[in-house]
Amino acid sequence: MQSTTATAPDNTGDAQAAREDICLQVRDLSLWYSESQALKSVVMDIPRRRVTAFIGPSGCGKSTLLRCFNRMNDLVEGARIEGRILLDGQDIYAPSVRVAQLRQRIGMVFQKPNPFPKSIYENVAYGLRLQGVKSRRRLDEVVEKALRGAALWDEVKDRLHENALGMSGGQQQRLVIARAIAVEPEVLLLDEPASALDPISTLKIEELIYELKSKYTIVIVTHNMQQAARVSDYTAFMYLGELIEHDDTNTIFTNPREKMTEDYITGRYG
Amino acid sequence: MRSTTEWMKSGAPWIWLNAGAVAASLIMVLGLLGLIAYKGLGHFWPARVWEFQYHRADGSEVRLLGEIRDQESINAARLRDAGEQVPEDAGEEVTRYLVKIGNRDLFGRDFLWLIEPGIASRELAPDVVAFERREWGNFYGWLLAVKQQGDKVAEGGAAWPELLARLRRVDELHDRIRTLEKDEIGAINYRLERLRLQQRRLELEGRDTPRALAGLEAERKTLKARFATLRKQLDGLYRDIRRDSALMKIADGREVEVPLAKVVRAYRPNAMGPAGRAGFYLAKLWEFVSDEPREANTEGGIFPAIFGTVLMVMLMAALVTPFGVVAAVYLREYASQGPLTRLIRIAVNNLAGVPSIVYGVFGLGFFVYFLGGNIDRLLFPEALPAPTFGTPGLMWASLTLALLTVPVVIVATEEGLARIPRSIREGSLALGATKAETLWRTVLPMASPAMMTGLILAVARAAGEVAPLMLVGVVKLAPALPLDTNPPFLHLDRKFMHLGFHIYDVGFQSPNVEAARPLVYATALLLVVVIVVLNLTAIYIRNRLRERYRALEQ
Repeated sequence: MQSTTATAPDNTGDAQAAREDICLQVRDLSLWYSESQALKSVVMDIPRRRVTAFIGPSGCGKSTLLRCFNRMNDLVEGARIEGRILLDGQDIYAPSVRVAQLRQRIGMVFQKPNPFPKSIYENVAYGLRLQGVKSRRRLDEVVEKALRGAALWDEVKDRLHENALGMSGGQQQRLVIARAIAVEPEVLLLDEPASALDPISTLKIEELIYELKSKYTIVIVTHNMQQAARVSDYTAFMYLGELIEHDDTNTIFTNPREKMTEDYITGRYG
Repeated sequence: MRSTTEWMKSGAPWIWLNAGAVAASLIMVLGLLGLIAYKGLGHFWPARVWEFQYHRADGSEVRLLGEIRDQESINAARLRDAGEQVPEDAGEEVTRYLVKIGNRDLFGRDFLWLIEPGIASRELAPDVVAFERREWGNFYGWLLAVKQQGDKVAEGGAAWPELLARLRRVDELHDRIRTLEKDEIGAINYRLERLRLQQRRLELEGRDTPRALAGLEAERKTLKARFATLRKQLDGLYRDIRRDSALMKIADGREVEVPLAKVVRAYRPNAMGPAGRAGFYLAKLWEFVSDEPREANTEGGIFPAIFGTVLMVMLMAALVTPFGVVAAVYLREYASQGPLTRLIRIAVNNLAGVPSIVYGVFGLGFFVYFLGGNIDRLLFPEALPAPTFGTPGLMWASLTLALLTVPVVIVATEEGLARIPRSIREGSLALGATKAETLWRTVLPMASPAMMTGLILAVARAAGEVAPLMLVGVVKLAPALPLDTNPPFLHLDRKFMHLGFHIYDVGFQSPNVEAARPLVYATALLLVVVIVVLNLTAIYIRNRLRERYRALEQ
């Protein structure tokens, strides 16, 4: 049985993480898309209420790993998985786990804003309605709280019942974050959340991430190294499906242990 | 030379070709509609009635009264071959007129071809009166007197106003007779038939205890008593309506008595001003769309056919939409995409190409005989051997057409589902929705415009379909509408009338071709209008839905 505190540091080097309260544990996780292997025996601990960034060149498996946390890869035909991921010590791939419930605990925000073609209000209330919440008062409360949490309330409070598709891209992405935090997940997965946005919207998202980490465990995939340096507490560098190095962000960017990490960060490849 | 190549390269000829094709299509559509509208709508305009002096082929001279309905040029030699006396100085081509002389009960026919050289004189007959009758078609003649039970009550100038007043009375009586016969006596007959079936059912199930039978008998007695009083009322009305008649002189000088009970409307075509004609025209048009047919469908209105068409299409839509959508959802969302699904998809697409009459045959064999027959055996054994559902009817017609159009709905819905971006589905799943919840809450609403597109195509196809309907439920003349005040109100087992079949029937099966021809055009126009209205409604709904789910276009 795995304990929730970290095991001894291994070659992937989460020395710092060892001192933290661990939320997600990845144990020997391998994943195949049909014949090609996308993840190779990844071992990693993700600390609670911290921002962990995944960096690495395209196709290195960072998005794949992220999508393993809320079992989005279940939808991909021909995907096969080995190893375990533990959320608070519970294997999320155990047969007894209900996927829909798991996804309520581990929310996700995608690269492109994907609001539903409904009103702003209904977008945020979507998750609650799924849980069967009908009380108007409670819905109102949660919608306001979530929109405030996503720093969107002041911009949209007068047009809650307008179509969400009328918002700007940055607003849409914050709406999607509000939608995700409305169901109060423990973990928030962000898959390149700012890559489709302009610099100002990106800045807002980054500020938001900084605020959200006091309540949620955040895992973010990003192509943008400055962004990883700005927002994350821990950074994991992946390459060709392997986790090369995982340490606190400062160490990774100033004094990486692996040559490969250094080369990537200094822009020699990728 | 150079400029020609330049011109070719600029793409201008291609654009001209494209635009030309569009223009040609437009002209064809407008021409089609224009022709149908002209031929169909012109029919209701009151024509003038001419008085002819005409030399027949055998040399005798006759006087005729009639409307000129058509004229054409015909080769004189051919006419001579046909036995007509055409004078030598008439030239190569001779004009001949199609004249509606009416009075079919007296002359045996109501249309005549008159050749121009035979017409000694023709003039607008003053004061000529035309009757539209409930049977035997139009009547033309001069009004001599109005009679009440055989005694003259008005003559000369006073006769016409008197006639109109008495016609109004006849109209009222006629309406009352119809309500009495159709609604009240109809309802009693319907309930008596139900009682008979109840009794038969009790007998079949061995529950025909004296008490149960006595109850039925008592009910029957009250109904019969009610029937007797109504019958008496009806007899009285019939006596009343037969009271008056008009004494008329027809073209050949004979005097004829026309009972007013048989007259629908009377008018003086040559004395009407433009306003009178317009009023007459509108009244006729309204009668056409709101009244029941008379005289083997060649007179009166086509309301039952409009009603039947619309009701059948709506039923079809209500059946085909859920079925097609459910099938498409399974094919696209749940079935694993392999060779089998591909095969099914090909089969579905090919179903759309099967000739519609084949569906009619299938509907007759499977729905009517097999399903209907078994339903009768299981649920309506008391009515046998008379079939209830084991005979063509509204339900089977709607089902057959639903089957015919289901591929269209499946294909359109599948395309709609395929167009929903993956990111939207993932967004919903990531919030903890199951696949089914995602479908219901997000994917299906977003695909609803595509479903409406499928429905529009289905309606367009179904509303114009005639061939299969002739096998599974359409009749020339339905005694009752499939929707009425007798429970269960919507009678799915009844046969119904249909505009498309009406066109065929009036055009090809009519005993009176000349009288029917304009109605073919008018009915065709109405069918087009009905389909356009149904389609516009669906398109309106679809556009509203599209507006709401604009996401897809971005």
